[in-house]
Amino acid sequence: MRRVLVANRGEIAVRVIRAAHAAGIEAVAVHSDADAEGQWVRLADAAVHIGKSAAAKSYLNSAALVEAAVSTGSDAVHPGYGFLSERPGFAKEIGDAGLTFVGPAVSTIEMMGDKAAARGAAERADVPIVPGSPPVATVDEAVAAAEDVGFPVLLKAAAGGGGRGIRPAHTAEELAEVLPAAQAEARSAFNDDSIYLERAIVGARHVEVQVLADGHGNVVHTFERDCSVQRRRQKLIEEAPAPGLAPETRQRINDAAVRLARQVGYVGAGTVEFLLTPDGEFFFIEMNTRIQVEHPISEVVTDVDLVAEQLRIAAGLPLSFDQDDVSLDGAAVELRINAEDPDNDFQPTPGNLSRLDLPGGPGVRVDTGFVAGDRISPFYDSMIAKLICFGPDRDVALARARQALSELHVDGVPSTVATHRRLLDEPELRTGAVHTRWLEGLC
Amino acid sequence: MATIKAAMPGVFYRRPAPEKPAYVDDGDAISAGQTIALIEVMKTFNEVKADESGTVAAFLVEDGDEVDVGQDIVRLEG
Repeated sequence: MRRVLVANRGEIAVRVIRAAHAAGIEAVAVHSDADAEGQWVRLADAAVHIGKSAAAKSYLNSAALVEAAVSTGSDAVHPGYGFLSERPGFAKEIGDAGLTFVGPAVSTIEMMGDKAAARGAAERADVPIVPGSPPVATVDEAVAAAEDVGFPVLLKAAAGGGGRGIRPAHTAEELAEVLPAAQAEARSAFNDDSIYLERAIVGARHVEVQVLADGHGNVVHTFERDCSVQRRRQKLIEEAPAPGLAPETRQRINDAAVRLARQVGYVGAGTVEFLLTPDGEFFFIEMNTRIQVEHPISEVVTDVDLVAEQLRIAAGLPLSFDQDDVSLDGAAVELRINAEDPDNDFQPTPGNLSRLDLPGGPGVRVDTGFVAGDRISPFYDSMIAKLICFGPDRDVALARARQALSELHVDGVPSTVATHRRLLDEPELRTGAVHTRWLEGLC
Repeated sequence: MATIKAAMPGVFYRRPAPEKPAYVDDGDAISAGQTIALIEVMKTFNEVKADESGTVAAFLVEDGDEVDVGQDIVRLEG
């Protein structure tokens, strides 16, 4: 691998370009109209304009991306996260053009993108799954299925992901009421109105395991992350490792993730997501076949460069280490700094980033694609920066997070900085006693 | 000539979903408060509502185009 095209924007494009350069690989950036001045464009060895600002006409335009890769002589394409990263069709187009997709095989992306197939794979790997139903089409079918699954249930889009299109129902009446809306939402979001039911696990934490697998049969995990601090199922704070996890539970959940990756012949970096109940029971939710937003917290507590390993794996090399080499060293927390207005129901707010003072010091890492003076455009997501703070233990990591937040100044757009300052002082967060609905109960 | 303006910058859509019909077409009568389009801002969809009643003379922006705050998006007649 000599040259990789980064089919993404913002902080993850910067992250991939850095990993490529550190590995002696050239990096090609892409950008839309709105992003011509992006930091990743400046850091790359070459840049290609791929279309208008609207994502559908640029970062979601697979033909333009493949053309950009071919025309720049790239031999690989890294999809980052979001956009086309989990679209099997995109991976296939890249392969058909004779290029390497930095990610798993097309068939793996397809299987894990199909919730039913993914659950089937988990069952075969002896990984516990949340009690659920096959797809339901009518209210009668749904009510009958819900009796088996057990209320309360969640209605989920079979083709869904990213927490979108999920609705709860506590009774048969409520189920009958929300099913049509869930179907309509699934159809509009994913062009597929298949809905299935899952038991709603109450009081659970969202714990996910980072796995890496190469093309030589090596599958490892780099421990778990806790992403329970969510708002409308969008993550706001993540931690590694999961706080308060019994060593025996940690071992079981990490082993389960590795078992699933092995079962499906996984190659690449991936994340296996679980719900973890207060009594240590866990259930598989889904596997994300790409790098995650929150990957840095795993990197800083294991000293594994996940993006570098992705590039190695894609180049056909074995992992640079084995499981015995990976140990947990300290604790990390990631705070997502978003251009959202906490006083207006966290409405995403574009604008000019007139000031961006970033914190520093020991145990502070900032991943961002912005510099002061940049415009936060309305066309993409609202994330300004990821503040990753770490230390020898959780208390130090959280103390450094408070210190880092006190140095961080964002002007020109409303942001979640003040929200994070408040959350870090919440007693439940300090003790790690949070679950996925904790934040919503607080706001 | 009355127009409906974009209240926020983003991507303009004339239909609630790609396979759905447009909210309103040229020549349709609309009433104040009626949803006539969507503007997507950072992955959230915001309804564009008519601020007065009238008849749609013409859309001044194509489906999927970028719009800026204050930009005229619909011309009304009458």
